[in-house]
Amino acid sequence: MAGDNQAMPRIVAAQMLAPDAKQFRIEAPKIARRHRAGQFVIVRVTPDGERIPLTIAASDAEAGTITLVVQAVGKTTMVMNDLDVGDEILDLAGPLGTPSEVDDFGTVVIVGGGVGTAVAYPVAVALREAGNRIIAVIGARNRSQLLFEHELAALPAEVHVCTDDGSYGRAGLVTDALQDVLAAESIDRVFAAGPIPMMKAVAEVTRAAGVTTIASLNPIMIDGTGMCGGCRVSVGGHNRFACLDGPEFDAHEVDFDLLASRNRAYLEGEAARRRELHPCEVTVQVGGGEST
Amino acid sequence: MSELSRRERMKREPVSMPERPAGERAADFDEVNLGYSFDQAVAEAERCLLCARPTCVQGCPVSVDIVEFVHRVSNADLAGAAEVIAADNSLPAVCGRVCPQETQCEGACVLAKKGKAIHIGNLERFVADVARAEGWATTSDPAPSGRRVAVVGSGPAGIACAGDLVGMGHEVTVFEALHELGGVLAYGIPEFRLPKAIVEAEIDRLRQRGVHFETNAVIGMVDTVDDLLTTEGYDAVFLGVGAGFPRFLDVPGENLVGVYSASEFLTRVNLMRAYVAGSDTPLIEVEGRSVVVFGAGNTAMDAARTAVRLGADPVTIAYRRTREEMPARAEEVAHAEAEGVVLETLVAPVELLGNEAGRLVGLRLQRMELGEPGDDGRRRPEPIPGEVLEVTVDVAIIAIGNGPNPLLLRATPDLDRSERGTIAVDSDTGSTSKPGVYAGGDIVTGGATVILAMGAGRRAARAIDDYLGTDQAP
Ligand SMILES: Cc1cc2nc3c(=O)[nH]c(=O)nc-3n(C[C@H](O)[C@H](O)[C@H](O)COP(=O)(O)OP(=O)(O)OC[C@H]3O[C@@H](n4cnc5c(N)ncnc54)[C@H](O)[C@@H]3O)c2cc1C
Ligand SMILES: Cc1cc2nc3c(=O)[nH]c(=O)nc-3n(C[C@H](O)[C@H](O)[C@H](O)COP(=O)(O)OP(=O)(O)OC[C@H]3O[C@@H](n4cnc5c(N)ncnc54)[C@H](O)[C@@H]3O)c2cc1C
Ligand code: FES
Repeated sequence: MAGDNQAMPRIVAAQMLAPDAKQFRIEAPKIARRHRAGQFVIVRVTPDGERIPLTIAASDAEAGTITLVVQAVGKTTMVMNDLDVGDEILDLAGPLGTPSEVDDFGTVVIVGGGVGTAVAYPVAVALREAGNRIIAVIGARNRSQLLFEHELAALPAEVHVCTDDGSYGRAGLVTDALQDVLAAESIDRVFAAGPIPMMKAVAEVTRAAGVTTIASLNPIMIDGTGMCGGCRVSVGGHNRFACLDGPEFDAHEVDFDLLASRNRAYLEGEAARRRELHPCEVTVQVGGGEST
Repeated sequence: MSELSRRERMKREPVSMPERPAGERAADFDEVNLGYSFDQAVAEAERCLLCARPTCVQGCPVSVDIVEFVHRVSNADLAGAAEVIAADNSLPAVCGRVCPQETQCEGACVLAKKGKAIHIGNLERFVADVARAEGWATTSDPAPSGRRVAVVGSGPAGIACAGDLVGMGHEVTVFEALHELGGVLAYGIPEFRLPKAIVEAEIDRLRQRGVHFETNAVIGMVDTVDDLLTTEGYDAVFLGVGAGFPRFLDVPGENLVGVYSASEFLTRVNLMRAYVAGSDTPLIEVEGRSVVVFGAGNTAMDAARTAVRLGADPVTIAYRRTREEMPARAEEVAHAEAEGVVLETLVAPVELLGNEAGRLVGLRLQRMELGEPGDDGRRRPEPIPGEVLEVTVDVAIIAIGNGPNPLLLRATPDLDRSERGTIAVDSDTGSTSKPGVYAGGDIVTGGATVILAMGAGRRAARAIDDYLGTDQAP
């Protein structure tokens, strides 16, 4: 049973940013007014659909809109990316999660991998506004998949680009570029969002360098309000609910292997659902969360 | 109706609840209990001794005038019976199905000692179902008061509070965090015990009476309680946000894939319809696999019986005390057993065992025995040294209770709390430490019952009405 007399949030702008990533501007005046960097919304797009978490990539309190960037990795995100201007979002709840810790830390490196760059972008904006110097190290499979390069450069930020295939920027992993940055100058803080193996590798690099590092975790969620415990992650040996206490945690304390294995829980079933939807696509990304 | 003598009444046998055969019902999610026919209801009602000082009414947390409504049923005056119940209980179709009658009204019935207590719950359900089918309206709402009240949470506390407030002429909006209304009645208690249509009918009735509902409204995150009282223009707020914060076992291995809190398991199945073909929300395959549920309350029974319906085999309830101490309604335990759930008592988990892929494959259980009574008067389970057993299992469900959800509490730091972390209120009125803000239900008591939540919602509605009638209100 849904509510009544409630206007459904409407999409006012939509644009492909990459072959499988779409940016939406959605009318949600209250969420826009409340939103702080690091928070997310829960979205449901069809009556039988899943509730999925999506980071609020930007908000405009005056226009009353929020921006979401969605990478199609499974059924819900594929259905969502078929939506367009004028369409309505069935259910949209938020803002959820604990906002990012924002302070003038000094020089902060923002590491973004894949759609993780969209997750990290609002944090970069807030940290820049708080006076930090921002260095962005962003990566993608290839040039066409790269997100928010120009927006980050405009902050301004010093932007380092890495692609897996070397089609643009440096060929290789973001951690290689990060290591060079850490070697070249003194860094006060690192923020990472992206595939789990990337965040884990970043944490290892910065642990060695002794730099405080925050990771934005992406466990599977349902309610997003602390009611189910499905989003629990292990931080410093203690269980924390990512939807309440996160999604950002001290990366040096996070059990990334546990997160990766929990995100693989439904891999087989989801691959089947994805095939139903797009019968021609049969590739299954193994390794849960790499797709982010 | 012929008047029966007291002796004749006492001689009659109770009319048991017609239910679907265990083998049939364990394969689907349709309601287990079928409800009385008219003749069965009258026959059961005729057994009532109509005590002059009825102990059943004392046993009822909201003091429904049971003798009067049962008497009216025996006289075939169902509309009259519905009116009597409605005076004290705004959710009789729900309570008739889920109240722990054996420790409340029926437990207090003078015939209970003989094992022949009047089936008050069955009668309440019968009357409420007829009233709903006939569309009997039991209330006519007064002229608008011009006052606006925000109710946060659409569980039984919120629904009951909203119903009474609209009946007092106030404008009411219910804010619900999830996409569906009903609280635990929607996401927790399964269809086979409480059909969603019943909860929907209650909510539709409130809608017709002018209550507004807003879903996807997470109060504390989108609007705060202070926003509701200021920018949003509400004159008072009722908090009925429940105790939805699952407890875990705190033993190694409980983050393995295949380990669920009961809330997650039931939410996936009930709210997200994971059992219906076409639903997108996945569930770990349990068909033909072994499922163990820790705990023995209603939540544990619901999780176990849900697993049975999804084809799990075997399904085991693992409980650290004995059957006598199980907090679930007696009917749920009996139904679970009849449906094939194994009750394994006097065991406590010490570790959940996984494979290299991080999937649950087994359990290490400690055998227990009952020792001296603890603070709560119940004998405390104590480990028997050296008696540890290992079993294989595919899915484990943790149903050991819920604490107060911190989300709204964190966003409202000026609300006083009890030492248990629940919202502290005046027990007569439900008023909190914040002027104009009232609370009731599980967020005040900790996980309790539907009827207590309903009663708390109604008490708060009366207090809010008083408050709005005085000059304290803005
Ligand atoms: C706090 C938070 C913020 C997020 N922000 C964004 C965002 O801004 N943009 C975006 O595109 N995605 C974001 N995600 C990830 C997004 O929620 C998932 O991609 C989405 O739930 C997948 O749903 P689906 O039905 O399309 O795919 P499914 O069919 O459910 O899953 C497809 C594949 O994705 C993996 N997967 C499932 N759930 C998640 C998850 N939560 N995280 C990562 N992989 C998952 C599965 O293992 C599977 O391999 C965020 C996740 C969290 C927890
Ligand atoms: C599986 C299960 C089986 C049960 N079986 C029985 C039984 O047989 N008999 C019985 O008497 N009792 C039973 N109970 C207990 C009973 O359901 C609860 O005591 C009762 O529902 C409490 O009602 P409530 O209104 O206080 O809260 P809830 O029913 O928990 O409702 C609270 C609502 O508030 C919403 N909410 C929370 N935070 C916010 C927020 N910040 N903003 C907006 N909305 C919010 C929640 O989403 C929820 O919908 C059972 C409980 C469970 C979990
Ligand atoms: S998503 Fe359910 S508790 Fe976090």
